[in-house]
Amino acid sequence: MSSELITTELVDLDLPDTDRRAAIRSLADRLVNAERVTDIERFLDDVETREQQMATGMRGGIGIPHCRSAAVTAPSLAFGRSSTGIDFGSEDGPANLIFLIAAPEGGDSDHMAVLASLARRLMRGEFKRTLLDANDPAVVASYVREEVKP
Amino acid sequence: MKFVAVTACPTGIAHTYMAAEALEQAARDRGDELSVETQGAAGSDPLSEQDIAAADAVILAADVGVGERDRFTGKPVVEASVKQAVDSAASLLERAAAAEPMRVGSGSGGPSSDPATKVTANASAAVRLRQWLMTGVSYVIPFVAAGGLLIALSFALGGYQITEAPDVTERFDPASLTSWAALANQIGTAAFEFLVPVLAGFIAFAMAERPALVPGFVGGAAAVAVGAGFLGGLIAGLLAGGVVAGLRRIKVPSAVAGIMPVVVLPLFGSMVVGTLMFVVLGKPIAAAMTALTDWLNGLSGANAMLLGAVLGGMIAFDLGGPVNKVAYTFAVGGLTTGSETALEIMAAVMAAGMVPPLAMALAATVHARSFSAAERESSRPAWLLGASFITEGAIPFAASDPLRVIPSMILGSASAGALSMFFGATLRAPHGGLFVLPLVGDPLLYVVAILAGVVVAASVVIAAKTFVGRGATSKEQAPETEGAVAA
Repeated sequence: MSSELITTELVDLDLPDTDRRAAIRSLADRLVNAERVTDIERFLDDVETREQQMATGMRGGIGIPHCRSAAVTAPSLAFGRSSTGIDFGSEDGPANLIFLIAAPEGGDSDHMAVLASLARRLMRGEFKRTLLDANDPAVVASYVREEVKP
Repeated sequence: MKFVAVTACPTGIAHTYMAAEALEQAARDRGDELSVETQGAAGSDPLSEQDIAAADAVILAADVGVGERDRFTGKPVVEASVKQAVDSAASLLERAAAAEPMRVGSGSGGPSSDPATKVTANASAAVRLRQWLMTGVSYVIPFVAAGGLLIALSFALGGYQITEAPDVTERFDPASLTSWAALANQIGTAAFEFLVPVLAGFIAFAMAERPALVPGFVGGAAAVAVGAGFLGGLIAGLLAGGVVAGLRRIKVPSAVAGIMPVVVLPLFGSMVVGTLMFVVLGKPIAAAMTALTDWLNGLSGANAMLLGAVLGGMIAFDLGGPVNKVAYTFAVGGLTTGSETALEIMAAVMAAGMVPPLAMALAATVHARSFSAAERESSRPAWLLGASFITEGAIPFAASDPLRVIPSMILGSASAGALSMFFGATLRAPHGGLFVLPLVGDPLLYVVAILAGVVVAASVVIAAKTFVGRGATSKEQAPETEGAVAA
């Protein structure tokens, strides 16, 4: 298993036209296949619990479902893109870029720093534009890895 | 300007850092300096003492408790949810920038930690209710001061009959002092028209942000129109905030989402709040005012001191609202008869009306720690407003802590009213405060009655604020309306 935050298999540039839960589950499946999540139901429960506290949709078409979960083995990002958009509860409309962020329960702070720098990138216009325009999952994965390097 | 900020969210892996990034970007755009402490899972890089010391204002964008808050004591603090920082960092910085002058302006009143808006996302219902009210009050204070001082000035320059002067649009003679006094009176009155709408508007704003401003203002204006006074304004503001907060939860198609905050929420919020205020609240208030007036007329033969106490209590009850109006109209109505009793009643009502602002000013001066910085600020104009029989000067105090302030003021005003009747003081002018003291029969004892009322009200309010659980810390003190609104 790679120790990188994101790999090519964790990128889906064409999420099926569906709802929030199904979109999260399809991205979570990729985390399971990459052996980063051990128990998908438990992981989805934890994500949903966080989602219920406050919707994770943000202005500008971004959804960031996330959680810290005992079912996660390494800090990971699964990235999905939807052309029609999926409702993540943001006031200005559905999300086209979905970042499923998985953090282990007791992650050390070096690992967490990668997630922190990912979260900061989400606020930058150029980061969003690159991901919206990308055509190749491998390019997306390497671009994100490069961006979040400490 | 220089800012420091702390961001913190429940999971500590996403919003904490997004909020930090958004704030840094917004600060760069404004040309401001900003240091952020991210209290998240990656461990936090604490703010340096120098940064905190140099900061003009502190921004706390947090959905969980912020660690070591006492580092920021004495600084203007603006609080928001992390989502607010992520979605609208620029307006948060604007608020922080606006919070700054209050600290500079506080002068001898000591350091002020009260920002223009302060609502904590995860506070208890009672704390949030108080924060909503305080936000509304902080915006009302300048209106009370500006309008009240102009009206007081008009009495000083033009005598109590200045309210009868013709509109300055019809007649204004730059060479005549009376014209200038009339002008000051009419400008001051215009400013006072804003009191209740601004109070309601910014209470709603504190609860549900910008989309709630219009329903709040409109609800406040409706409260004025139906004669519901500042208590009606409190209700309108809480209603508007609650309605808009509720409407915002409704999921809408993305095509509509963009126009929600600008068109849909203000429109429907105003309709709902306006309807409730006009239809549900308007009629009962009118009916209650008629009933109260009839009841007062029936009391005319009663014991004079009792009548003075009842009228005094009514004057303090809602500070210009319906109950106050009934008592005042009752007194002014009697003036035309010119009878001795009528003149005594007028004197009692004015004495009672001078007590609330004077008493709050006294309490905030001798017992400053029971009052917020904003309240201490408004205590200075309150002296003059009380002396001029501008009872509205006490609204900032009553609106921010109605349950403890209003009963205290009622006791003080009732005492002043009863004593004034007992001393047999008389007055033939319908207003003017100390400026019409020469027209008062038995002025010395009259002043004694007022001072006694002031001391009673100030002592009781200090005792209430000291011994009856403070709103900021106790949960059971909030009025019942809060549950319905916050839900």
